[in-house]
Amino acid sequence: MYAQMVKSESTQDAPEKLAAFQARIDAGEKIEPKDWMPEGYRKTLIRQIGQHAHSEIVGQLPEGNWITRAPTLERKAILLAKVQDEAGHGLYLYCAAETLAVSRDELTEMLLDGRMKYSSIFNYPTLTWADMGAVGWLVDGAAIMNQVPLQRTSYGPYSRAMIRICKEESFHQRQGYHIMMKMAQGTPAQKKMAQDALNRFWYPSLMMFGPSDKDSVHSAQSMKWKIKMNTNDELRQKFVDQTVPQAEFLGLTVPDDTLRWNEDKGGYDFAEPDWSEFFDVIQGNGPCNTERLAARNKAWDEGAWVREGLMAHAAKKRAAKLAAE
Amino acid sequence: MTDQSALFEYLLRLGDNTLVLGHRVSEWCGHAPVLEEDIALANSALDLIGQTQMWLGLAGEVEGAGRSADDLAMLRDVWDFRNLLLVEQPNGDFGQTLMRQCLFDAFHLELLTDLTRASDDRIAAIAAKALKEVTYHLDRSSETVIGLSDGTEESHRRMQAALDLLWPYVGEMFTPDAVDNAMHAAGIAPDLTALRTRFDTRIDAILAEATLTKPDSTYAQSGGKTGFRHSEHLGHMLTQMQWLQRAYPGATW
Repeated sequence: MYAQMVKSESTQDAPEKLAAFQARIDAGEKIEPKDWMPEGYRKTLIRQIGQHAHSEIVGQLPEGNWITRAPTLERKAILLAKVQDEAGHGLYLYCAAETLAVSRDELTEMLLDGRMKYSSIFNYPTLTWADMGAVGWLVDGAAIMNQVPLQRTSYGPYSRAMIRICKEESFHQRQGYHIMMKMAQGTPAQKKMAQDALNRFWYPSLMMFGPSDKDSVHSAQSMKWKIKMNTNDELRQKFVDQTVPQAEFLGLTVPDDTLRWNEDKGGYDFAEPDWSEFFDVIQGNGPCNTERLAARNKAWDEGAWVREGLMAHAAKKRAAKLAAE
Repeated sequence: MTDQSALFEYLLRLGDNTLVLGHRVSEWCGHAPVLEEDIALANSALDLIGQTQMWLGLAGEVEGAGRSADDLAMLRDVWDFRNLLLVEQPNGDFGQTLMRQCLFDAFHLELLTDLTRASDDRIAAIAAKALKEVTYHLDRSSETVIGLSDGTEESHRRMQAALDLLWPYVGEMFTPDAVDNAMHAAGIAPDLTALRTRFDTRIDAILAEATLTKPDSTYAQSGGKTGFRHSEHLGHMLTQMQWLQRAYPGATW
């Protein structure tokens, strides 16, 4: 899940308007940009879509870290295409957010000065080539769990962006799993790399769904508005149930001694991640928070002359065209 | 030099140019000044890596020693690389990257145009496919060079500096040697002197619109495409690019 702990905004609108709005959502109608919407709905969506977009953009960094070291030309091309897709997802999502009257530049500034968050997962380092496999398999796998239901979300532009994104994400997950398969069936050193990657990415992947939200008021409001479609716990369970057999097929061990199939619930029992680590990471104390934000700030600051130059050129061309008319 | 060994050398030149430039451009991934540029840079890099697979794949076939495109990319050392010095130059700022791209694209487009008529069908087919991609590369790089050069005072200054820095690497593209001559005689490669004229026409038009001044110097650095003397930069690139294949020999990825 690329949007974590999105706090939903309260709303001060008249009860009859809110009731009519809720009725539209309950009837399965899509809300479009020009439709009336509660201020809380709009603000919550900006926060969620923005966080999702930022995650795509920051998410380029841990995988971009291995593009220049990809082991074959084909792997390099696939990884490059995948990271390029993430940038494209960022673009769709910023466009979806712009329909809610917030500009991409405003959202970018909020990311760069720390007012807006991105997914905790991207604050972990990618240390070996197997991490490219683990990120595709586990991180994109977890993202898909969340994003597939979001194709049915109530806000039209967000829903349509998710439909396009989901098509690409499932390809990403498959290529990640394919890397893991090659490694798991490879030399002892490759197998060791694959296991090490699973050991490091397992719990951070479980954290992607956010803490248990059964007591969360915000979560309940978002679910009522169909901005959030499932609880964090439901999605996490689904992810574990899907992923454990895949790990077994690879011959890798999920780093959880308590992992057991529970016949009664028809799913696995598994250990919770260390939530204190999660809160540390989202507070800015993860292993790579500083580097990730510094990299984004550097790209933005060092690119200022490019953006200004191209804007100035476009203005000159407009002026010349106007003068010619 | 036999025709086969000249052909092998020539294919390495084509494939190493796209490999090394593709690698350089891919270094930008996630760090570009604006999202659309990030996507466009990745696109160009992807095209170039794809072209590398075809050129080096054919080079391996022609060599007949059982080496694949990956073997050639990942297991040769600096002196065996046959790329132009221009493409191994570091990215520098975004302007320098785009200037390097534009200079190479203008050459590449003219070269591929001629290669589509090569007497060797395999080369003509790869050139025809690559030409479609490279036509777009030059559209984009020349538009961006023009936009930035004719933008603000700062962007103009940076683009002029990029041109001044990279101009000495232009000459190598058009200086024929024994391999170029053998390939020209075999009806594969174009006459580089005629190619230079077309390149100049193209580049002069771009630089004029960009309000940039072409450097007076005609001095040309050389040693890339012959492999005689690469710059110091290539070795560092190879330490990254080849690291996994070198550290874990024989592994399948």
